[in-house]
Amino acid sequence: MGIEIIMTVIMGFTLLGAVIAVEIKNLLSAVIALGTVGMGVSIAFLFLMAPDLAIVQIAVEALLLIFLIRATLKPDIRATHAHIHPVGLGLVVLLCLGLIVFGFFAFQPLEFGKPVMAQRSEIPSSHYLREGLRETGAANIVTAVILDYRGYDTLGEATVIFTAVIGALTVLRAKAHRKKGGPK
Amino acid sequence: MKGMTIIVQTITRLVKIFILLYGLYLTLTGHLTPGGGFAGGVVIACLYILLTLAYGRQWALRRFPRRLAGSLDSVGGFIFLIVACLGFGFGGMFFVNFLERFFPGRPFALLSAGTIPLNNIAICLKVAASLFLVFIVMAGARLLEKKDRTYDYKQEEEE
Repeated sequence: MGIEIIMTVIMGFTLLGAVIAVEIKNLLSAVIALGTVGMGVSIAFLFLMAPDLAIVQIAVEALLLIFLIRATLKPDIRATHAHIHPVGLGLVVLLCLGLIVFGFFAFQPLEFGKPVMAQRSEIPSSHYLREGLRETGAANIVTAVILDYRGYDTLGEATVIFTAVIGALTVLRAKAHRKKGGPK
Repeated sequence: MKGMTIIVQTITRLVKIFILLYGLYLTLTGHLTPGGGFAGGVVIACLYILLTLAYGRQWALRRFPRRLAGSLDSVGGFIFLIVACLGFGFGGMFFVNFLERFFPGRPFALLSAGTIPLNNIAICLKVAASLFLVFIVMAGARLLEKKDRTYDYKQEEEE
């Protein structure tokens, strides 16, 4: 019961940070508020016993995001004020209410903190937990999964990062490469 | 981009070695404790970004040029692919952990888990160099506001 109260408080803090990040005028303050969202999610991962995710979350969302936006934008840029359409607002409220009702009934029969996938013994995740140390030799089961059992997936992620960097370098380059006689 | 004040520069000089050590620790012990190549690479990239913000863009690019960053990026991806292909050569399948099969290490030792530490180092190189490249490119880009409230794009020249 205790963990649920802690998670509710942390998620409320995160939601507050997200609302402030959307509503505040100064862009740099909005980025800092977004960093508190990453911080809250990182603490939630720590309480849910996922330290790998917590480290990545705090490094990416709380540090790297702020650094990137600080370096790219001027700090005194102000966000434009968006016009809120009443029909759209009503649709968003309806969608949120529907999600809350769906979540309340969908997660009612499940006990908090008990993964559904761990209740049967012949599925892959149970096999990883039982045989991971013997088959890969890695004490950290997360690393064993992402670099041994799911190596293809990590190779795909590396390819995605590589392609993204090539795209950024190509689009944001200093000098254009023009052919001779091509359009100026 | 110019550097920051002498206070920021002094603090950066004091903490930079600890940040680098933490990134290396996360990478090299990724198969034993929480962490791994991605987290270590992000921490090292954050160190580069901190140095760039504190000392200026020219200072950082003189010590860690863009061409070297691009090479490290490619080398990281290449090591990852080579290890996977060696698994095909020695173990019979793509991505098989052939080092653990032939030289099984003691669990919880630093040299254990076969190819997993190699892959961690490769991913660390790749992520650190990639994020630094993206940062350098985006920090050089400037949106110039024109008189009619539209924006023009300009990239700062190197050197």
